[in-house]
Amino acid sequence: MIRPGSEAELAQAIRDADGPLSLRGGGTRGPLPEGTAITTAGLTGITLHDPAALTLVARAGTPVEEIEAALAETNQRLAFEPMDHRALLGSTGTPTIGGVVAANVSGPRRVLVGAARDHLLGLRFVDGEGTIVKNGGRVMKNVTGYDLARLVAGSRGALGAITEVALKVLPGTESCASLVARGLDDAAAVRAMSAALGTPFEVTGAAHDPHAADGPRTVLRIEGFAASVAYRAKALIEALAPHGAWEIEDDRETVRAAWRGIRDVAAFHGTTGDVWRVSARPSEAAEIAARADADQVFYDWGGGLVWLRLPEGTDLRARLGRYDGHATLVRAAPETHARLHTLQPEPPALQALTRGLRDKFDPRGILAA
Amino acid sequence: MQMPSPDARIMARKAQVVARLAQVLGDRGVIHDPAETRAYECDALTAYRCPPLCVVLPATTEEVSAALKVCHEEGVPVVPRGSGTSLAGGALPTADSVILGVSRMNRVLETDTADRIIRVQTGRTNLSVTGAVEELGFFYAPDPSSQLACAIAGNIAMNSGGAHCLKYGVTTNNLLGVTMVQMDGTVVEIGGAHMDAGGLDLLGVICGSEGQLGVVTEATLRILPKPEGALPVMLGYDSAEAAGACVADIIEAGVLPVAIEYMDRPCIRACEAFAHAGYPDCEALLIVEVEGSADEINHQLETILKIARDHDPVEIRAAQDSDEAARIWLGRKSAFGAMGQINDYMCLDGTIPVSALPEVLRRIGELSDEYGLGVANVFHAGDGNMHPLILFDANKEGDLEKCEAMGADVLKLCVEVGGCLTGEHGVGVEKRDLMTVQFAPEDLEAQMKVKDVFDPKWLLNPAKVFPLSVSEGRRA
Repeated sequence: MIRPGSEAELAQAIRDADGPLSLRGGGTRGPLPEGTAITTAGLTGITLHDPAALTLVARAGTPVEEIEAALAETNQRLAFEPMDHRALLGSTGTPTIGGVVAANVSGPRRVLVGAARDHLLGLRFVDGEGTIVKNGGRVMKNVTGYDLARLVAGSRGALGAITEVALKVLPGTESCASLVARGLDDAAAVRAMSAALGTPFEVTGAAHDPHAADGPRTVLRIEGFAASVAYRAKALIEALAPHGAWEIEDDRETVRAAWRGIRDVAAFHGTTGDVWRVSARPSEAAEIAARADADQVFYDWGGGLVWLRLPEGTDLRARLGRYDGHATLVRAAPETHARLHTLQPEPPALQALTRGLRDKFDPRGILAA
Repeated sequence: MQMPSPDARIMARKAQVVARLAQVLGDRGVIHDPAETRAYECDALTAYRCPPLCVVLPATTEEVSAALKVCHEEGVPVVPRGSGTSLAGGALPTADSVILGVSRMNRVLETDTADRIIRVQTGRTNLSVTGAVEELGFFYAPDPSSQLACAIAGNIAMNSGGAHCLKYGVTTNNLLGVTMVQMDGTVVEIGGAHMDAGGLDLLGVICGSEGQLGVVTEATLRILPKPEGALPVMLGYDSAEAAGACVADIIEAGVLPVAIEYMDRPCIRACEAFAHAGYPDCEALLIVEVEGSADEINHQLETILKIARDHDPVEIRAAQDSDEAARIWLGRKSAFGAMGQINDYMCLDGTIPVSALPEVLRRIGELSDEYGLGVANVFHAGDGNMHPLILFDANKEGDLEKCEAMGADVLKLCVEVGGCLTGEHGVGVEKRDLMTVQFAPEDLEAQMKVKDVFDPKWLLNPAKVFPLSVSEGRRA
């Protein structure tokens, strides 16, 4: 494993490479491409935390845990609450902030505050030729030149190795509560979640578990100052009365643990079979799940994200046909990843643009992703 | 500011280009009489003007595709245009270019409150997007101050912001999908009503690319439920330092106002004379707005007022109702008009880290003395997006040049303290030649590689964003 200790060393290693590189941060989010293993885990450290500007800058290999701990000291946080993939994938290692940005990893709060890429203010990366590039900056509003930061975020290393990221952080919250309804079928649950997200009460999470131990369970989250949480919980229960009876859970630790579970798709932990994540229009989510005929389903983002567990090797995309969205294979054997492709194949015109960009940033084709 | 000299071979073929465009768009879709093309000779950066070869106003994505295909085959540059409100010269024509305006394409295609999206043609104005969903209890968040006139097409091209980005983000955070026509006429669908990209985040790089990668004809936008209410509080201070420290403390306290606006004394005086909003005569004025139910608003305002008092304010005024709220906003909203009444001015748009605010204001004051030009500051303090207005006399020989030189120095200062040249207006032609202050050659090279892929002949929106010397080898 090549483990550069600086951006310059990483750039040199990429220039020196004579074959495919298997780029990673902590390597916890799989699948890892074939090639010589190279990691950004050696580039560590928070280089700037400016609480009054809601800004954090860190080297790519900095553990997510370290960043969350540093932010917590000033009661701030990564509002997009990145998922931890380890329990779902059975992977080991330490998730890094570079990996979070490279794979655009977000959790339940994505539905209200946006994805990891929406909190990215700028980054530095090394492209496939070993050139160091910076884009964006550390300020919240910046339209100076093309937005390569967002292009590289979520590119899974296909355009280069991220070496440093600047992120917008947000204040932590004093209080939180969950509202729970039981027994809704999938379509009714999605309708209820859409209704909740259409209120002004700032629902920061909306998930549905059709297979919960005591029957289907729909959960909404509210966060903020204690009095405000109490007010909004009451207002939401009234507004959602046509969609069922809702109970409040407001023990802070219980609520937080439950949402960590939702973030990490705990419902699928310890299971076998392939795991897919489908990004869809919420109003089509239940229909998509029905078409998938999956062994297990879990909805997050108010139905905008559908987790599906299917027998090994099943071609989910063939079952789904056409819809507004895309399906990513998250957990499967390497040969399944190779045969079915990890990412949704794109239409020809988009494929041409993707191919063109990859050729420009990695003309030798060594960044296997 | 230099523009490349027009291609005489294209100018000579004007009749042929116009005829071919008329063939695909009909006679009414092409404007080529010099008396009429003059209306398109500039955008809101009126210092620079140049009538285009001709103007096309297609009515559908298919027509946009057909028109671009003709221009591509003819090797004619195309300047896309929304409503022409760019302050950076983003829609400034060259004499050999075709202006492609999307103003006829302004329909709402789909509204879905369950999925919280609206799909529109991009000639639609920003404010009328909110207008289309307001009765349903929703709004479109980005709110540039030109929102009455500016088009979604231009918002996407410039990644426009507004006063409320601290909470709601800018265009790129509220854009879910586009239909885009490439220079060769290829129509691509990127994103949709779902969240996040399945592959490369092409939407992310298209937004803010200043019309240089393609012409966006339709957009799927995120709409949000309207808050229950909103109220501002006005805070007056004796020094920029005190006001800056107050902003920092509010943000650190965990309150997230939807807007924090800042005005300095010259701006306060001008606004007061113009709008009679009852502003105090002080060094720095803050307007802080919070949202929520009545109780939530009160709770947040209590926290803010407690912090505000710690910094020795000369005046505090909390709005109790919407009339008082409107009065507090009245002066701020008329700031640009008020300044325009007393002076010619140039509006800058650099962003700085909020913590650098007092230092930057002090140094802008020094530059003002050095150049002998007055400055009024009005800006979004919560996100560090400055709008210094440099005052000059357009009728006085050399004053514009002096003003531009001072503007460049202010923007260099923004970059020096860790900020950037432009927070929401875009680079256009205005800040093009300053790009090398913020970016190393390899940073610009990486950006230009993206253009190489989307528009290999470099025909779309020529001579914008990249310094001419940097793009020289690539331009046709």
